[in-house]
Amino acid sequence: MNEPLYAAIWRGKTNGSFSTYEVPRHESQTVLDVVTYVQRHLDPTLAYRFACRVGMCGSCAMSVNGTPRWTCRTHVAKVVRGNTVRIAPLAHLPIIRDLVTDMREFFDKWTRAKGDFVGTRTRRDDFARVAPNSPERTAADAGVECIGCGVCYAACDVVGWRADFLGPAALNRAWTLVNDARDVGGRIRLRAVAGDAGCHACHTQGSCTQWCPKQLAPTAAIAGLKRATAKAAVRGEL
Amino acid sequence: MINVVTQAKLWYWQRLSAMVLALCVVSHLAMIVYASRGGLTAAEILARTRGNAPFAAFYSVFVAACAIHVPIGLKSIAVEWLRWRERSASIAAAIIALALLVMGFRAVYAIFV
Ligand code: SF4
Ligand code: SF4
Ligand code: FES
Repeated sequence: MNEPLYAAIWRGKTNGSFSTYEVPRHESQTVLDVVTYVQRHLDPTLAYRFACRVGMCGSCAMSVNGTPRWTCRTHVAKVVRGNTVRIAPLAHLPIIRDLVTDMREFFDKWTRAKGDFVGTRTRRDDFARVAPNSPERTAADAGVECIGCGVCYAACDVVGWRADFLGPAALNRAWTLVNDARDVGGRIRLRAVAGDAGCHACHTQGSCTQWCPKQLAPTAAIAGLKRATAKAAVRGEL
Repeated sequence: MINVVTQAKLWYWQRLSAMVLALCVVSHLAMIVYASRGGLTAAEILARTRGNAPFAAFYSVFVAACAIHVPIGLKSIAVEWLRWRERSASIAAAIIALALLVMGFRAVYAIFV
């Protein structure tokens, strides 16, 4: 524990470079702790994002030794190589500065995937009753805990080579709504997520599922969308 | 870009043809291994396949599934990896589909008649 840790941190914009900082090691130290130490003690100009520090807000994701991770819940001990960690902004997003990326496109794609709930009830209606163990509710449950961290988006190769691909998180969100018994946006949503910019571009390789810190499975959600859109298409309902 | 309905349908057909192919390929290989245990000549093969309707039907299904499955996959590869335009890739895929159909059914005909 007394050996120092070397943190190579990305500085600047797209054409920036890594700067290395020496940081004291502690037990149960997280990658976010390392970044925070650098900013508080070594270089106050370092820009990065975080809010909750407990894995709820989804704002602290960065690329750690080449792998996208939620840094507030990633222990240094788990990812360190020798005594170095390489910390960079998330891949596939424009860099604003240092470790801060521009997430607009990521969230705009949720809107394009019709990720907003469309209901018909008003406050004067009774609650919808959804059987907790119905297959739809189970499918929605499996994807609903997404924290919007962008880890899956950064892990997805298809996002990297197709700028218009909606990506795993937006498609996962759409799938939870497809399975929401109260939602009536079905047909428009299925159209929005079909095709080459949507679920059909996915290669089912599962990088998103491998790295999602909430252990969700966008790959399975996308496979569900492929089945749902195909069913709708052959019935002439897409 | 071709429309999303067509894309969803293509996916459906590729999925369906993949299931058929999985069965066909396994049966085909099993049949080859079984039939050629003690050596096999062309004459012996033809003696078994001529006028054998179930045999011809099986290989007709096999050919059709290939002609559906292969071009859809090749089209996607051409668009994604060779950066072909959707239109040229679709035309090339249609030609390949036709070629597979012609060659495949010609072979089925040759061993049946
Ligand atoms: S499974 Fe699909 S969405 Fe997930 S990383 Fe692979 S290509 Fe991207
Ligand atoms: S699906 Fe997982 S990795 Fe992707 S944004 Fe949601 S929580 Fe993050
Ligand atoms: S800081 Fe909120 S999830 Fe990491």
